[in-house]
Formats: sequence, C-alpha cells, structure tokens
Amino acid sequence: MTAITGWRVTSGEASGAVLKLDEPVSFWGGIGPDGDIIDVRHPQHGAVVTGRILVMRSGRGSSSGTYVLAELLRLGIAPAGIVLTEPDGIIATGALVAAELYDVQMPIVTVSESDYALIEDGANASVSMDGDTAVIAVG
Amino acid sequence: MLSGEQGPAVALSMRIITELGRIRGATELVDIDSVHIDGCIFYGQAGLDFAQKLVALGGQVRVPTTVNVGSVDLIHPHLILQNTERERWVAQGGRDLMQAYVDLGCRQTWTCAPYQVDSRPDVGRHIAWAESNAIVFANSVLGARTDRYGDFVDIAAAITGKAPKGGLHLDAERGGDVVLDCTSLSPETLVLDVTYPVLGYLAGAIAGTTNPVFVGLPADVSEDSLKAVGAAAASSGGVALFHVVGRTPEAPTLEAALGSHVDAPVHHITAQRLNAARQELSTAREDKLDAVSLGTPHASVDEIAEAHAAIVGGPPLAEGVAFYISTGRSVFAEAERRGLVQPLEEWGVTFVLDTCTYVTSILRPGTRTVMTNSGKWAHYAPGNMGVDVVLATLGECVESATTGTVTWNRELFT
Repeated sequence: MTAITGWRVTSGEASGAVLKLDEPVSFWGGIGPDGDIIDVRHPQHGAVVTGRILVMRSGRGSSSGTYVLAELLRLGIAPAGIVLTEPDGIIATGALVAAELYDVQMPIVTVSESDYALIEDGANASVSMDGDTAVIAVG
Repeated sequence: MLSGEQGPAVALSMRIITELGRIRGATELVDIDSVHIDGCIFYGQAGLDFAQKLVALGGQVRVPTTVNVGSVDLIHPHLILQNTERERWVAQGGRDLMQAYVDLGCRQTWTCAPYQVDSRPDVGRHIAWAESNAIVFANSVLGARTDRYGDFVDIAAAITGKAPKGGLHLDAERGGDVVLDCTSLSPETLVLDVTYPVLGYLAGAIAGTTNPVFVGLPADVSEDSLKAVGAAAASSGGVALFHVVGRTPEAPTLEAALGSHVDAPVHHITAQRLNAARQELSTAREDKLDAVSLGTPHASVDEIAEAHAAIVGGPPLAEGVAFYISTGRSVFAEAERRGLVQPLEEWGVTFVLDTCTYVTSILRPGTRTVMTNSGKWAHYAPGNMGVDVVLATLGECVESATTGTVTWNRELFT
C-alpha cells in the first residue's frame, strides 16, 4: 500500500476504485446524466465515473460544470472523490453547493505531480482528511 | 456574515465565497460594485434547489445584479418547443428558476450582454460577473475587473457583495501573455464584420486561458466587433481578458498592454489563417439553408439597425427559411422606438428575447444547416443542437436567406 499526502480542497471521506483519466474531462458537456463520459473526443469515452475515485490532472471547460457535478451528487451518481494536481474552482463549487443542499460530502484533493504518477488506474483507494491535509491510501 | 448575524442566506453565501477564496489562494476578499448572474439557465434540479433555498432563507442581492439569458422567452413563450418530456421539463424548470432569481432581487435584464443595457462599470472597478462573454467584455473593453465566476458563486457574491481577491482582480494577472500581430490584414478585411469572430476564435485557440494582445486593428474598431472577438475567444479557449493596442483601456501602447511580459511570443495572423479558421468553424456540407441565427451575444441596437439596412427593401425571405435575431428586452424596446422592429418582423424575422437560440429548443425540428455571424454560436451549436453551420457576414446571411441556398466566399479574407 502507498500512502500519499495531499491538500484538502473540499472535505469528506471516500473509498473506491481509481478511474484515472488520460486527459481532463469537462463536467459540462463531458459527463452525461447517467454518470458516464459522453465527450466523444475523450479517450475514455463511455467510462462511468459513479463511485470511482476520479483522478485527472486538472479541471476543464465551462463554469456550468458546477451545475452538472451538483446534480450528479444530488442523484447519488457522482464520483466518490476527485484527485487533481491543481485546485479547480468549478469542480469545488459543485461539491460545496451539494454539501449545502444535500448534506453529501465529496472530498476533492490536490497532489503533487510526482504523487499523481503513483496513482494507477483501477487500484483501490481511500481518501481521508486531517485538517487541511488529505491522506490517500492506494492499493 | 459567516456567523449568521445577517441571516442564513448571507451566511451560506459567505461560506461559499470564503471557501472558494481559500481554494484559489486569495488572502482577502474585495468589495464588488455589481454582479452578472449566469446561474439562471436551467440545467437540472440542483440549480433550482440552490436558488429556491436562498429565496426560502430570505436572500436578497446587496449590489446591482443583472441576469443572463434564461431557458425561456418570457415575452414569447410559444417560441420554446415543448414537444418532448425533456423540453417540457426544461420549460417549467427554466421558468421557476428565472422566478427565483427575480425573488432574490435581480434586475430582469435576461441578457448575456448586460453592458448593452446600462450596466457599464468604470475602469478599474471590481465586479463579479459570470458568463464568459460578459466577463471578457467587462475586463477587456470596459477595463473593469472580474475573475471568471460561474454558476452559484455569482449569486453568492451578489448576496454578500464580496468576492475572493484573486485572479484578474490583481494587476499582476492583467498583463498580456501573447501578441497577435494583425498588421498584414488588408483594410477591406479589417472592416468586415465576420473578421472579428474569426480573430477571436483564433485568439482563443492560441492563447487558451492566457491574455492575448492584438496589434494592428483599427483604433475605431466598434464595440460590437470587440464583443464578437471576446465571445469567440472565450468559447474556443478560455480567454477572460484581451487587449487591443490603441483601442482598449489598458492598452494605450504595446508596452503598457504587456506589463512585465516584455518577451511575450508573437503570432502573425494572416489572411490565410483567417480563411482556414473560418472554414474549420463552418461545418455545413449541404447547400440548402434552413435558418439564420444572429445575435449571439445578444444583438445591439446598432446591429439590429444594420440588419434592417441589409434586409428591408430587398428581396423577400425564401420559403422554408427561418431568420432569428436574439436580443435583450431593453435593446428590443429601443429598436422598437426607432421603428426597426416592425419592418423586420413583416419581412419574416423572429425576435428571440430573454434567451438564445442555442441554449434552448427554438429551432424547428429538422433544421440542419444554419448560417450565423457569431463565432460563439458556430462553436457551440453543432454540439448543442446537432446542426451544421456556416460562419458568414451579415450580407452573406441575408443573401442566402433570400435565395434559400447557402452562399459564402471561402476566401473572403485578404
């Protein structure tokens, strides 16, 4: 098992299988109402984000992505948690709003580039928080 | 505010503003003069739940707040198709959402171009605007200061009157990052309307989310042309601020526009590149024209007057072609006062107010090929609406609408 420390973007605890994306996906226009990647140009088109620890380098795309993530959280089909290498206000706002409305806490974490490389697609991962420090246990 | 002494809606909004500030690394908040809301387009229940929760908690905006288009034309509700279950859901949810933002104290502007109403913040003032074309216009053309705000944060800023002091609120973030040299373009090209959305499209593709600086554009280039540049650049890339040397407020000289970035890379924008970019945006493969859509961002009074000059007195609209102009209700009222509306409507123009032809179901089923003078519309409509587009001059749009056949000069730029 590998333990990685990161930075808390939003609070929460989660565990699930890693879905590591080859390139970032935009929630708006990129993830459909069933939680699958609908952007036909995305290399992992068709993959389902629901319940996964979604790992991608950064956010992407329209600010209306906040809306889509909040809606996925409302419906219970959002990722279990999200790991990025840089904070993203669009994704974070979706999680913050869903926490206010639906009492669901989806952790979002940033990690360094070198730690990002350690997280492999398909591995089991769990995310927990200690103040502003996030701990990701992989494998 | 966080502790709730100003009520639960303020506390909730402040939690979002302060957390976003922490996430973005802003060490303080800034007082803002105005807000433009984008969260009033209906994309699902969560957005409606959020707005209605703020209403239920007694939320009220504390700075002048304009609203973007909604999902419904409140003045011409029959224009919104309600043939499918999803269309009916969007129409009802869209109406409820727009009402919630009215209840929160927003002005009923329902336009993506609040800068065409009377919301024109002064140079250097801090604002919190959402909607990418409004953001880039406010930063670039007005010289006001807004970072990129989006759904939910916009209304939270309006209810608190504050925003995180980061990003484009700061001097250090407002310098140019890449120079786009347009000096080789011909005078004929520089006076064409369609030159500017294509320039914006290229700028977004080159600059991404950084700040492009145009050199070689006319000192009297119109606000409508700059609006087209910004809307396209914010669509093909994520541009939130551009400078036009000799025209926009923070760019009296190239040196001033670049600030500390004296060695910014230079890209030469040639007629050949413009022609190629326009051909790339124009996906249409058929000659039969189904519709024309003007007014993305919302048409100004000047643009409606130009359409009037191009249309009225000329040949009639061809059978089977729809012709839309989207605009805001206040611009529409001014156009009516000037006598521009009735002749256009008699010719066959459908004015779409409060919303836009690419965010909701307005185009007739079966519409395949649409001409537009908007780079933003051309960028989004194929994905959103499943139609093919040609990005064209106003003249080409009108001529094609009268013949029913798509006609455009593929090598227009020189």
